[in-house]
Amino acid sequence: MSVFIVEVRIHGRGGQGSVTAAELLAISAFKDGLYSQAFPSFGVERRGAPVRAFLRISDSKITKKTQIYEPDYIIVQDPTLLDVERVDAGLKEDGMAIINTPKRAEELDYGINTELKTIDATRLAIEVLGRPITNTAMIGAFAGATGLISIGSIKDAIMERFSGQMGEKNARLAEIAYERMR
Amino acid sequence: MIMRKVVEGSIAVAHAVRTIKPDVIAAYPITPQTHIVEKISEYIANGELNAEYVRADSEFSAISILVGASATGARTFTSTSSQGLALMHEVLFNAAGMRLPIVISVANRALSAPLNIWNDQQDSISQRDSGWIQFYAEDIQEAHDLLAIAYRVSEDIEVRLPSMVCMDGFILTHAYEPVELFEESEIRDFLPDYNPEVYLTTENPLTFGALATPEYYTEFRYVQTRAMERAEKKIAESLKEFNEHFQRGETDLLPVHGPEDGDVLVVSSGSLVSTVKEVAEKLGNDGFGVKVGKMLCFRPFPADAMRKIADGVDKVIVFEKDVSPGSEGAIFSEVKGALYHSENRPEAYGFAVGLGGRDVPERVLEKLIMECIRGERKEGFHFGDVRPVREAIL
Repeated sequence: MSVFIVEVRIHGRGGQGSVTAAELLAISAFKDGLYSQAFPSFGVERRGAPVRAFLRISDSKITKKTQIYEPDYIIVQDPTLLDVERVDAGLKEDGMAIINTPKRAEELDYGINTELKTIDATRLAIEVLGRPITNTAMIGAFAGATGLISIGSIKDAIMERFSGQMGEKNARLAEIAYERMR
Repeated sequence: MIMRKVVEGSIAVAHAVRTIKPDVIAAYPITPQTHIVEKISEYIANGELNAEYVRADSEFSAISILVGASATGARTFTSTSSQGLALMHEVLFNAAGMRLPIVISVANRALSAPLNIWNDQQDSISQRDSGWIQFYAEDIQEAHDLLAIAYRVSEDIEVRLPSMVCMDGFILTHAYEPVELFEESEIRDFLPDYNPEVYLTTENPLTFGALATPEYYTEFRYVQTRAMERAEKKIAESLKEFNEHFQRGETDLLPVHGPEDGDVLVVSSGSLVSTVKEVAEKLGNDGFGVKVGKMLCFRPFPADAMRKIADGVDKVIVFEKDVSPGSEGAIFSEVKGALYHSENRPEAYGFAVGLGGRDVPERVLEKLIMECIRGERKEGFHFGDVRPVREAIL
């Protein structure tokens, strides 16, 4: 039996790299010596449509294969999703929501009752990458906010996934977001 | 040295295929199988796999090409799903009848209509009489590992039947997990090269699958059935040898998880087994003795092993991702068929769940198992997670 298992649900829109975010977090956790599992919500992929990706991290082998209904953490890549769906559905009371928005947590009138952290990942992504692709910023923010995964492993995973300058820029973006959230 | 990496299920399968080194791959893309053949074509383009890759114009052509290639003594592979496997249907019987050890990776997906790209196991279950061996993988590691076992059993001179290694579409093909990937050198020791005694050449023309009149046809089906019986023994042996060789994987044809003296047996297949195990463990903590039987192979059907693991239980519950309208779930029928010949016939409950990609959460399975335990369900077959519907009867 697992001593600990952490369940994370990532909300984004098609094209924002939510599935890649879950994959990178799974690889990073594995690099830290943990077991991990990532999978998409298996929708019909369409750019801009709401998508979900799932992540489990544990200190022992993960056997569960179901979707995640009571996450410990949610990561919201796109603030406009807050108008569309209850991204916090099932979020555990002692859980945490990490939301990409220019607003401060106390300005966000959404009714999330758990711990809430915000980061302007879109702005950071435009500054560092020149494009509003926020997934690497959000996984850096997740590592910073939770302390569950080392930034070193996240940067390694990013550098393996994206070659050359693209990798370096995304790794830098993840680190900036990580520092912001600590 | 063990190479352990977090990879997507499809990539793990493609990697296994690369180390197994088929000579001919013919493929036609279909969701959710596509990543497998895409990755294999990349290996070939990069020079990491030396094989003939044929982009067929349909799944019917893809499997037909493999029939021809396999008859010449080539090791062959393809992958498909759903309508693709259905389109292969006719040729599947030919491959088995000609005793060609073709191996297919099936990314299980629902059949139309209505169009649905998501997971259930109706596609491969519907091919049960084709003479193909059918394996069902519980996780990505097993989908990767079973390929080596499938080739070894299929190519065995005492078997020579084709195999499909089934993995739940999306749930396994598109998930990322740590996987111990084959090294080429270690796979060589477990899986010898395929060198059939009889094969087609231009120097030695032969006929495969020619007309068999009523005087002969029955005997061909008979010997296929006999070969399938031998396959059961070969699979059991191969599992044990694989485990010795790689220090992982199941060692039984019908692995059991949970208390040996449990009075409830739950049988399932594929990725659902993992969730069933979690539920059984939880119910065990609540004081209920629930053990789980994992249907690792559906063909050959492990009837003896099924009787053995059901010996002494009060209730058998089957969860499966298929249904035969007008009858019941196919696995349920076969489990009951096996238990008819046992002394203590337990009560039997069958449930179709997770059709067309509907997620099967633990609470659904727990509720259904508890309803059977408390006697709140009638024996027989049910839809386990159906919503209320109003049928328009004109």
